[in-house]
Amino acid sequence: MSDSDYSHILRRDPRGERIARNRLHPLHSTVAVQVAETLGPSGLLRKNPHAVGFIGPNGIKRIDRLKGNAIAITGRRNAQSSQEVLLPLHQVSEPDFTIVVVPDMVGGRLTAHDKDILGQAHQLARSMEAGVAGESTGAGAVMAVVFGVSKEESFDKAGVDRLLLLDGAEYEGYCPEQQVAALEQVEARLKPEYWLFPDSVHGGTDLGSRLAARLGERPATQAWQMNTETTICRGASGSTDITRDTPRLLMLAQECANPVDETRHEALSIEWAPVQAVLPELHDLGQVAVDPNAIPLAEAEFILAAGNGITNWEQFHATAKALGATEGASRVAVDDGNMPRFRQVGASGTWVTARVYLAVGISGAIQHMQGIGQCDKVVTINTDAGCDMVKRADLSTIGDAEKVLDELINLVDTYRQQALHNQNGEKEGAKNAA
Amino acid sequence: MQLDANTSMDLKIVSLISVGKHPTSGRARRAEQDGRAVELGLTLAEAGRGKQNLTVLHAGDSQQSALRSYAGMGLESVRVIQLRESADAVSPLTEYLRKHVPDIILTGVRAESGESSGMVPYLLAEKLGWPVVPRIANIVSIKEGVAEVLQALPRGQRRALTVRLPFIASVDNAAAEPRQSAFGPANRALMEQQQAGSETDTVRSEWSELPARKRPKRLKVVKAKTAADRFKAATAKPQGSGGKVLKDKTVTEQAQAIFDLLLEEGVLR
Ligand SMILES: Cc1cc2nc3c(=O)[nH]c(=O)nc-3n(C[C@H](O)[C@H](O)[C@H](O)COP(=O)(O)OP(=O)(O)OC[C@H]3O[C@@H](n4cnc5c(N)ncnc54)[C@H](O)[C@@H]3O)c2cc1C
Repeated sequence: MSDSDYSHILRRDPRGERIARNRLHPLHSTVAVQVAETLGPSGLLRKNPHAVGFIGPNGIKRIDRLKGNAIAITGRRNAQSSQEVLLPLHQVSEPDFTIVVVPDMVGGRLTAHDKDILGQAHQLARSMEAGVAGESTGAGAVMAVVFGVSKEESFDKAGVDRLLLLDGAEYEGYCPEQQVAALEQVEARLKPEYWLFPDSVHGGTDLGSRLAARLGERPATQAWQMNTETTICRGASGSTDITRDTPRLLMLAQECANPVDETRHEALSIEWAPVQAVLPELHDLGQVAVDPNAIPLAEAEFILAAGNGITNWEQFHATAKALGATEGASRVAVDDGNMPRFRQVGASGTWVTARVYLAVGISGAIQHMQGIGQCDKVVTINTDAGCDMVKRADLSTIGDAEKVLDELINLVDTYRQQALHNQNGEKEGAKNAA
Repeated sequence: MQLDANTSMDLKIVSLISVGKHPTSGRARRAEQDGRAVELGLTLAEAGRGKQNLTVLHAGDSQQSALRSYAGMGLESVRVIQLRESADAVSPLTEYLRKHVPDIILTGVRAESGESSGMVPYLLAEKLGWPVVPRIANIVSIKEGVAEVLQALPRGQRRALTVRLPFIASVDNAAAEPRQSAFGPANRALMEQQQAGSETDTVRSEWSELPARKRPKRLKVVKAKTAADRFKAATAKPQGSGGKVLKDKTVTEQAQAIFDLLLEEGVLR
């Protein structure tokens, strides 16, 4: 057994306690806690406030009123409380039925919406296992069908029992026809009990609608509450509630259920024979460059925000242009007239939802922090390592903004040139081959 | 908008319209997205031979006055397939479209009244065997029977797609705003009624419909075992668990770290 198995057990040292209790013991001075009051060289009584008290077994500071004669329990509870708890593993060896979830996987990761839907899938599975009118249906597995490259690492904690990862070249870009063909195959082989899609603009609605039309199922859309019998969905652009029997295919609204948080799951990869490539009628030409400053600040994906620490404004605008970022600002930058009012981020400005927020020379006042509460990754450049923005940020660089931005522009420029060079090279290569 | 010579002559467009519902007053009105579909249809038709190439089609009640607000955008007529209120609109629409075979069908993404499931374009596409392009913002060009379409993505992004005619597209809110509706032309426009056989939507008649209930707000439940943990959860500032701090590094290293993160997150395009 390893040492760590016992690390959480409180250990007492009876000998040490005995010595500490006996003021006449020769070793007493080494064991006893340092006394907080001493006579200074000038004869004045000095109090050392740091020496008052000791750290108790729960990691909380306790004031010692026994003049250093208390029993010192040297537990290591602290180490234990920071340890991650291992959640119990939920296993389904031979599933009797499957519930299929097709997550959005924005940027290759499960979104909060996806996790809610996986939670809903488990609720359904549990209530089916409990049985409808006395007859149980056996154990069920929740299967996630993921298209394209996945960066997600915690499928197990999100509640995926079975994982079908389709990441071939034919699933790159926008390819709903190919995806529907794959889902049709899943339908043919597994006959899932339910199909759950996120009702979202990230592609869940599109895919769900396509599959519903193909299978001839009448789906429930914008469903926000469901069980095995009835479903409530929003109708008439959100102004009515339609209560209906639960269909087999549902597109669920955000926060329809709580995500899984008490169990771990297997996330077993499934072997799948390759799906026949369909001849697509839609051809993806890729994303079009849009003017980042034309995107409303509230929905911009990547924001470069300026604060009081910016002195060279021309350089700031050049950086935003080079990075292709939407510009934002703190209130001070706006009040000083360096940025327009509609660029202000924060409590009295715009609440932003950017995936990446790069804050330059912003101290992180609470009014500003409120505005960036929903941002995924915060990066900051600041001269002050102790400011609140650095505490919130995922990556902070401590240094002068002007110099770092200068270097950043250089890096991006070389990156862009290289990409351009490679593209031209490819084109020439294609020409030569032809 | 660019059309080449032979498509512009005989490009037939159908815009499907429905009766909208004002979000606060609940009154019938011109639907936002359907208005945009008509606007896009008008722009396409005007780039070609003229307005007569656009058919604006509704399946429902021809007496509905909100339909006139579409006509007020400069249409001579609105074609209406007369249906009872409980009837399913998809099969009569399919029948009509099979007979008239347009090149482009434009719809809204979701209706503002009724079930508002957004399934109409998909069901039509499935029955006609055509491709469907969801949430378009614009049609950039049509050349030799192939259209280049801009699709609206979340966060103000756009994606370019090519698709061969004929196709169905649903028009997003990001498309050009519909032009103003004028009262006089709206009243003068012709409502061309057509009769069609239809089936009652029996599935829907079993549903119950009520005004929307307010959804309960999700509570933040803290599953802490000890009082100290609960106290910490209730009082702690919402802060990240502390990220990487690069101190005393050269400027180049710092910039490189930021650049790597941006690249990894895929925001540099
Ligand atoms: C009612 C009310 C509402 C408010 N609403 C908002 C709001 O909506 N949005 C908002 O932003 N603020 C708001 N504020 C203001 C807010 O309290 C702060 O004053 C403001 O956010 C501070 O802006 P700052 O971080 O840019 O400036 P400062 O606090 O001055 O911070 C500047 C930072 O830049 C750093 N720095 C300096 N020089 C450099 C350099 N050369 N290189 C790198 N870093 C450098 C400094 O270390 C410092 O951390 C509000 C205030 C009130 C009272």
